Amino acid sequence: MSPTAARHGATENSAVKDQRIKVRKTYKLYIGGTFPRSESGRTYEISDSRGTFLANAAMGSRKDARDAVVAARGAFEKWSATTAYNRGQVLYRVAELMEGRRAQFATEVVAAEGLTPARADNVVSQAIDRWVWYAGWSDKIAQVLGGVNPVAGPYFNISVPEPTGVVAVLAPQRSSLLGLVSVLAPIVVSGNTAVALTSEQRPLPAVTLSEVLANSDVPAGVINVITGRTAEVAPWLAAHQDVNAIDLAGAAGADDLVWAELERASAENLKRVLRPDVDGADAVEPDWSRTPDLTRIKAYLETKTVWHPKSR
Amino acid sequence: MGALTNASLTRWLHGLPGVDRVGADARAAGLGTRSIKTTAKAWAIDTAISMIDLTTLEGADTERKVHSLCAKAKAPDPGDPTTPQVAAVCIYADMVPAAVDALKGSNIHVAAVTSAFPSGRATMAVKLTDTRDALRAGAHEIDMVIDRGAFLSGRYLQVFDEIAAIKEVCAKEATRGDPAHLKVIFETGELVTYDNVRRASWLAMLAGANFIKTSTGKVSPAATLPVTLIMLEAVRDWRVLTGTQIGVKPAGGIRTTKDAMKYLVMVNEVAGEDWIDPAWFRFGASSLLNDLLLQRQKLATGHYSGADYVTID
Amino acid sequence: MAKFEYAPAPESRAVVTIRPSYGLFIGGEFVESVDGSMFKTISPSSEEVLAEVTEAGEADVEAAVRAARTAFDGSWGRLPGAERGKYLFRIARILQERAREFAVLESLDNGKPIRESRDVDIPLAAAHFFYHAGWADKLEHAGLSGGSGRPPKPLGVVGQVIPWNFPLLMLSWKIAPALAAGNTVVLKPAETTPLTALLFAEVCQQADLPGGVVNILTGAGQTGRHLVEHPGVDKIAFTGSTLVGKAIAGSIAGTRKRATLELGGKAANIVFDDAAIDEAVEGIVNGIFFNQGHVCCAGSRLLVQENVADDVIMRLKRRLQTLRVGDPLDKNTDVGAINSAAQLARIRDLAQIGEAEGATRWSAPCVLPERGFWFAPTVFTDVSQSHRIAQDEIFGPVLSVLTFRTPQEAVAKANNTPYGLSAGIWTEKGSRILWMADQLRAGVVWANTFNRFDPTSPFGGYKESGYGREGGRHGLEAYVTTEATR
Repeated sequence: MSPTAARHGATENSAVKDQRIKVRKTYKLYIGGTFPRSESGRTYEISDSRGTFLANAAMGSRKDARDAVVAARGAFEKWSATTAYNRGQVLYRVAELMEGRRAQFATEVVAAEGLTPARADNVVSQAIDRWVWYAGWSDKIAQVLGGVNPVAGPYFNISVPEPTGVVAVLAPQRSSLLGLVSVLAPIVVSGNTAVALTSEQRPLPAVTLSEVLANSDVPAGVINVITGRTAEVAPWLAAHQDVNAIDLAGAAGADDLVWAELERASAENLKRVLRPDVDGADAVEPDWSRTPDLTRIKAYLETKTVWHPKSR
Repeated sequence: MGALTNASLTRWLHGLPGVDRVGADARAAGLGTRSIKTTAKAWAIDTAISMIDLTTLEGADTERKVHSLCAKAKAPDPGDPTTPQVAAVCIYADMVPAAVDALKGSNIHVAAVTSAFPSGRATMAVKLTDTRDALRAGAHEIDMVIDRGAFLSGRYLQVFDEIAAIKEVCAKEATRGDPAHLKVIFETGELVTYDNVRRASWLAMLAGANFIKTSTGKVSPAATLPVTLIMLEAVRDWRVLTGTQIGVKPAGGIRTTKDAMKYLVMVNEVAGEDWIDPAWFRFGASSLLNDLLLQRQKLATGHYSGADYVTID
Repeated sequence: MAKFEYAPAPESRAVVTIRPSYGLFIGGEFVESVDGSMFKTISPSSEEVLAEVTEAGEADVEAAVRAARTAFDGSWGRLPGAERGKYLFRIARILQERAREFAVLESLDNGKPIRESRDVDIPLAAAHFFYHAGWADKLEHAGLSGGSGRPPKPLGVVGQVIPWNFPLLMLSWKIAPALAAGNTVVLKPAETTPLTALLFAEVCQQADLPGGVVNILTGAGQTGRHLVEHPGVDKIAFTGSTLVGKAIAGSIAGTRKRATLELGGKAANIVFDDAAIDEAVEGIVNGIFFNQGHVCCAGSRLLVQENVADDVIMRLKRRLQTLRVGDPLDKNTDVGAINSAAQLARIRDLAQIGEAEGATRWSAPCVLPERGFWFAPTVFTDVSQSHRIAQDEIFGPVLSVLTFRTPQEAVAKANNTPYGLSAGIWTEKGSRILWMADQLRAGVVWANTFNRFDPTSPFGGYKESGYGREGGRHGLEAYVTTEATR
């Protein structure tokens, strides 16, 4: 009910209602299935699109990033060994829980992005549908991207896609929910685990998404979410030797960040790098509402080819 | 046994039929879906209790601790004297005198772990002395460990010789007529593959084991249903081949009545009912007993019981 | 009396409510028949009457096809794939939620053990809907677009006729891909097993599936024939006997109707001397006694290498002593009832023929209930390739055992049949598995396993076992077209 409508139906009770003090949410990091504050103890202010204070978000540090990578690595063996069917089930359930929380997500998107409630509602629907789209890919990737190769000899030869490992992702700076989901889901659907650095100024929907993940069947460590200053944390992820791939989407529009530097740091252990679609601090983000292709799924897959002789 | 060489043993063991792990796991899981209810459950609970080797194998064990365990072995449920006694008490060799003393007058056996249990890493002389001392102190049963290092590096003849030597000590030190029965522990968690479990089973049976046993309980995974399946298949096939019956003891990690039921079903359907007897099948367990007692109480009273109604040992 | 008797462990029937009678499910509602009649469906394990169901007449078929056409031309046809997918996700979820209900009902109506309906049939049926839900909005990636890059189009109204051996599972194999691709369906379940299909209609209602997208017409051969021959049906999907499959192929000749046929089989389960012997024995048992042998891809011929034949047969007979035949609702039952008196008669006839031909008959000792339709698991040894029991599909718990000396001989014997649905290979040698798989003329080859199904894995036969595939990316092909106009 909108504030106006509530006042129209004013009674003594509603006058009291208007004065009710809300229990505000604390926004923390999501690492290894739990919600710690930053080990640095720091926070920073998040305001809505009109500059009104919303919350103090945890300011993630390089050590938080380090811990997140440890958690993601720890979760990788089991998550990648989970059957594609089970991964699909787990991810579909995340969508179910998102649907249940759509009002909360819509409120946060309005606050973060300054959209009208109707547009925010639409964005939330798209984000849920985007998650469902990716969930439905888990048991089809191998069929579309793998196959048998007709080698010239008495050998059975098959190519199979496998997840690369721990993937770091700089979530889009502006599209705080739809963009986030669009970069995160394709990482984990194929069995990778993720360390996500959220939008610097619009991190709150990501934290609410963490709450959904914590309540779903997504195992601890499969997805880790860090809020904080992109320019501070991103270089540590880009240089981390135990990270196998990095999505630089959030480098577009981030303050004090040159994504080429991140790519250079990534070269140290030959991370697979997904470059941002657009350049420059004032660049507009890609249109996240368009149905994706397989690029983001393929970016985090290795192809393994196996031979075996055939003979009686 | 003059003709036996490591080479011939190797060829024989490596020539045994392979185990398809996925298939074996599926068979074990399928047997685990059997639903044992009412009268069958009551009978199975009592049978399981009578098959337990009640165990304490801690560095901190003392005589008083062992006495307490033995008291429980004799009367597992003080509130219900119809409760069966366990088969044996399983302890470290130097605790044998305490156990023998505490179990005087009962039919419960004393089983001692020897041969540098649990690691098996010591000289043969130490392992033989260990065993001899346990027998002289009055142990009825010996649970020895194989040398896993020797096994995994392919020195099968050495493993064979060690089992045979300890079996010989059991025969030599027989003070009450029958030699102590020898259980051979494989530590299946370290052998890892089901093919290794099969090979270890046949090797131990050839060397004279009376019982083949999965684990020490000190390494995880300890006993599992599939590993026990492989061992039950081995003793079944050995009897067809030689006429000799050999027992099986899964040990470690069996905590609930549900687990115990699954094992009994497996014994029943894989080896056959001849093995459903404490002479041929044992559970190496400690906390299992209390769970069996809780289930036993529930069947008797009709309602769920709780930890206050079973004793700690 | 055995030392360890398992007490009765009955699954409760209370979870499912069976109505005294059922109409037809057309246009999203249960309606009365226009020109049909009523018949009874019984529980084959006790011969108890479970319910009265409708035999749909020709006018009923017309109404159903019309409802399907209206839905296709209307709401369903215009729906984006992503939304179609979400309906299928709902159906999958509801099947999971009501799994126990469906499992009990399936065992009652079909006669199969509750353990199988609970652990195999129902979970696989739900999985089929989940898998296909995800394809609904990804068809352009399935390699079926003929190079256009655009998603292929649905065909229209699909007529589907399914058998009695896996009623709900066969329903899911048919309906899930059809709907994912954007078609609408009219499905006829088998006359002896209509109940889970009728319960599925309730699931469609609970999922708010638009009326007419799924229509369920109960009935027998006549109803099926009317459906197959209806000019308003664009495609037929049939699983059943080779005899009827051939008739269907004949009846659509000269029309534009497409068909996929999944028919009978006489699969060879081939055991080599280096097989993992204990798992191979399980595979033989599973191959022919799972689902009472009512399986088109059953391993009904054991081809065992001659040098290990005696040992394998000894182990097999020993293993069969622990099979429990009895009440399908008992959780410990391994082998349930034969689905109908007619099928029991067929099995008995062929078993008699086997004896007369000179094969050696052996049955597992078991006490069969007095009421209901029962047949003890049976093994024929000394079977020759030219025996009828080596050629004809028995569709019951009867195994024919033949021997071979070399891999080539095994291949020759395995392929020497008009059928070609499935085959099994048991050996620890990888190269031999792959060579054998290459040589065997069968649509599904199981190596060191048997009777494994998955929604991602295409299933279907060579030769007279039918054509077309169900499941996987390949299974979508039958339900789409790349033609610009239809």
